[in-house]
Amino acid sequence: MKLLGLAIVAVTGAFLIWATGEFPDWGDPHSPASLHVSPRYIEKTLEETSVPNAVTSVLADYRGYDTMFETTVIFAAGVSCFILLRLFGKEEPDTVHYRHLLTGLTIRVRRKREGLEQLGEFERMDSVWTPHDLILRTLSRFLIPFIQLFALYVIAHGHHSPGGGFQGGVILGASLILMAISQDMKSALDRLGERTLAMLSAIGVSVYAGTGALCLVLGSNFLDYAALAEIFRVDPVEARSLGIFLVEVGVGIAVMATMILIYHNLASQGRLDEGL
Amino acid sequence: MIWQLDLLVLSLVVICGVGALMIKDLLGSAILFGAYSFMMCVLWAVMGAVDVAFTEAAVGAGVSTVFFVAAVFRTTRRTKD
Repeated sequence: MKLLGLAIVAVTGAFLIWATGEFPDWGDPHSPASLHVSPRYIEKTLEETSVPNAVTSVLADYRGYDTMFETTVIFAAGVSCFILLRLFGKEEPDTVHYRHLLTGLTIRVRRKREGLEQLGEFERMDSVWTPHDLILRTLSRFLIPFIQLFALYVIAHGHHSPGGGFQGGVILGASLILMAISQDMKSALDRLGERTLAMLSAIGVSVYAGTGALCLVLGSNFLDYAALAEIFRVDPVEARSLGIFLVEVGVGIAVMATMILIYHNLASQGRLDEGL
Repeated sequence: MIWQLDLLVLSLVVICGVGALMIKDLLGSAILFGAYSFMMCVLWAVMGAVDVAFTEAAVGAGVSTVFFVAAVFRTTRRTKD
């Protein structure tokens, strides 16, 4: 069976390598892709959308549908991770550790007792709890604001430089994942709860689709941002740039929330009470 | 780009890719996959696709490695095959 698999892989690989010979050379100005579609975008982007970064305008304006459904795919990935781990992978731990806040004593209790936490004297502990590394903790506390600031810059500056909602959202999500790793999941969940994250994930997709629907209401095509000129009171070219920004913010929110949601579910097997 | 450097990055991509498949330790496999992603990111940047390189660095080398490590941490570290 292994030999058969190897043979199939080798034959497929050989076909693929043989097929690349038919491709146009890298950066060939006479290849079909550079002759029909690209020149239109490269020449007209600045005049039609006033966005200097052609990649951003193609992604969010000319190919707006694509990006909208990409965002929907991200949302669906988050939801399916949630369903798989939460509904099917639920297994309650037999014993739970609690720490007495006044004396620092650790006690082990069979099953989770709700009453202990309500007393206000006990704190739930992770079973794989390790003492926090002071250097790691301090350094990430120092780094996280800068990472978040950079992520916001990436989202907002996507019109002029590489970046945009997707990359910025991932970096923003990564900063909160770093917090969950360097401190513990409980403090990360206190900042941005699971319910809020799930809502934000849906809100991000809705912002994108809502921008498109708003264009439809204003009597234009779906995701034709030029129609937003009436609302923003600017000329249609500027309105397209603003529409791209709105959409990027939606993508950023959805991607950030989904990344954190996937991490929280994955790292705790859907129980959400213990971090890595 | 200097072709020697290009060749070095390309061969590192192949080595990391094959290594990630062959290695028995899943944690090592996750790290090798991150290295593979980073090398791909360098290649994208060299070819002028800076937006793609940025995405590859943020998603491929960054967050997905964290996801893999989290999944390994909650399952087993050794492969069965």
